[in-house]
Amino acid sequence: MLSGDGMEEYFHSVRLAADRCKGCVNCIKRCPTEAIRIRGGKARIMQSRCIDCGECIRRCANRAKTAITDNLSDLEQYKYNIALPAPTLYAQFSPDIEVRAIIKGLLALGFDEVYEVAKGAEYVSAAVREYIAQGKFEKPAISSACPAVVKLIQVKFPELIDHLIPLDAPVEVAANLARVSHAGQIPSEDIGVWFITPCPAKMTAVRQPLAGEASAVTGTISISEIYGRLLKLITSGANNVEIAEKPDSLGREEASSEGIGWAIAGGESAAVVPKSTMIVHEIHSVSDVLEQIALGKLKDVEYIEALACSGGCIGGPLTVENRFVAEHNMRKRLEHLQKQEELQPPSRIPSPIALKVTKGFEPRSGLKLDEDIVTAMKKLELMQETLRNLPGLDCGSCGSPSCQALAEDIVQGAAREADCVFKLRERVRDMAREMVDLAEKLPQSMEKNDAGREGGDGI
Amino acid sequence: MTMEYGGVWNGCLEMNSRQVIQLEFFLEAGDFSTAGEASSQIKRILQQIGVKAETARRIAIGAYEAEMNVIIHSLGGKMRVAILPDRTDISVEDNGPGIADVKLAMQEGYSTAPDHIRDMGFGAGMGLPNMARCSDEFSITSEVGVGTKIRMVIHHP
Ligand SMILES: Nc1ncnc2c1ncn2[C@@H]1O[C@H](COP(=O)(O)OP(=O)(O)OP(=O)(O)O)[C@@H](O)[C@H]1O
Ligand code: SF4
Ligand SMILES: [Mg+2]
Repeated sequence: MLSGDGMEEYFHSVRLAADRCKGCVNCIKRCPTEAIRIRGGKARIMQSRCIDCGECIRRCANRAKTAITDNLSDLEQYKYNIALPAPTLYAQFSPDIEVRAIIKGLLALGFDEVYEVAKGAEYVSAAVREYIAQGKFEKPAISSACPAVVKLIQVKFPELIDHLIPLDAPVEVAANLARVSHAGQIPSEDIGVWFITPCPAKMTAVRQPLAGEASAVTGTISISEIYGRLLKLITSGANNVEIAEKPDSLGREEASSEGIGWAIAGGESAAVVPKSTMIVHEIHSVSDVLEQIALGKLKDVEYIEALACSGGCIGGPLTVENRFVAEHNMRKRLEHLQKQEELQPPSRIPSPIALKVTKGFEPRSGLKLDEDIVTAMKKLELMQETLRNLPGLDCGSCGSPSCQALAEDIVQGAAREADCVFKLRERVRDMAREMVDLAEKLPQSMEKNDAGREGGDGI
Repeated sequence: MTMEYGGVWNGCLEMNSRQVIQLEFFLEAGDFSTAGEASSQIKRILQQIGVKAETARRIAIGAYEAEMNVIIHSLGGKMRVAILPDRTDISVEDNGPGIADVKLAMQEGYSTAPDHIRDMGFGAGMGLPNMARCSDEFSITSEVGVGTKIRMVIHHP
């Protein structure tokens, strides 16, 4: 049972399974854009603020936060299916398992062809190198490869949109290249192009592209969804599909370490080799660094590789392997590959690169209190007043992530002051006192005529 | 950046019938621990009331440079910010030591920042020119032994 806001302005793949939500406050405290509230005992995601980073999925002990993705049965709707495995998929396996074996496993799962997203990453690396070399950008240039970071900028740092590198992400490039190779042979609508994703952010980016153009990707299937079956196929040797049967995938040169390295934080920078680079990962840390850039700092940095997940995509919320184990696997795999590449260098990406430049990213007004500036100012004033009366403990019991957020919710009519448990207790205490007071005030008819009272004279 | 004003909100927010949000920040000399927080808060408020991102950014950068100069070069001071529907008005005042040659200080690249400040990434001599560039109206007056006053007005388009 999945429920969203029903508001379709923004599509999101992070959803709430309401029947599993216990209304605890773990997720609201962790959300980097304060997009979650507990209302009526259940978490609610504010669509205009959610960036699909998946922090809440990681955080929820009850597994009530889920990501809607496609699954293998959706392949039936297309005559020809192409899998686009994120390089992170390789990190789920021991480095002894060759990429070739993983590709064969995907074919055995039912795909007709495999196109490595790492190949797309090679193209993007070359394009970013060119973009940086031309030098016509606002420093620091911020990588737009991680859709959760792009959305964080759209929602919380709209003033930094011009810093984003306006190029397609590797998966989009890979999808286009995969489709192009069948142009004129298979009708485009018969081809299903499926991204094997480490995260819900990529899933959302496919459904609702960040820069507004239609995606060449048909759908996304999470790594965790196929991992079990894939592992079985690979380790049992059942992946021995006839290579002749599905020639396209394996006739192609495999992706190089440059593209595969994008799975871990630092991989992009290693491929782009800017003069001065900064690598930041984990969404809250990314937010902190963006704050610095917004104040005009870090102008000496040429390129910022920013990734929402701790460790990079290998730390994605829809992966299976522990982030550190995955990183270890990946580093070993890269070492091995680089040794091979020393003996036999991979072919260079053809240049100039025919890459689609995205039209640009639009800001989202997730934080604005009102469309009218004067009304917004009044709301802000009321918010500060409301906040001054709240205890400032940021406990989250009210269902809002902080006292500040509750104040905002009250002003926006989405909460009441009595939602604060301390305020409620204060009121109960005041009422109790009043009751005691009232109880002591006996009616005249019951009052004993005490000699000491009113000078003893009585009336 | 936190979404709260709590703790570092050492100013007050007031509004009268003229619709103005007034903020006041006390800036302590050498206190780098809260550096940038005033500017981030101003920017957040501008976002909340719907001032265009590009404008909010100029205001935040101007405020940040002013904030840092007081922290780095002066004996301490305060920043007052008035946010109106059509403009933001920032005035910064410190308690000395003042600038002997304001014209020189305004030149790009002029800085008296010592090495330990440069090691922290400041001291490019770009702060004052940046403030002037970020604002639609800019003025600076300074008296040695008394202090420096800066005013920046940025219109909201
Ligand atoms: N509030 C102040 N009080 C005293 N001197 C100041 C003050 N603000 C600026 N100055 C002087 O003016 C010089 C130039 O200031 P400016 O902000 O342009 O550069 P900076 O602070 O040295 O370097 P940057 O701002 O690029 O980090 C400073 O080095 C300092 O000597
Ligand atoms: S770091 Fe990678 S896995 Fe995580 S959200 Fe960004 S693109 Fe997805
Ligand atoms: Mg300065």
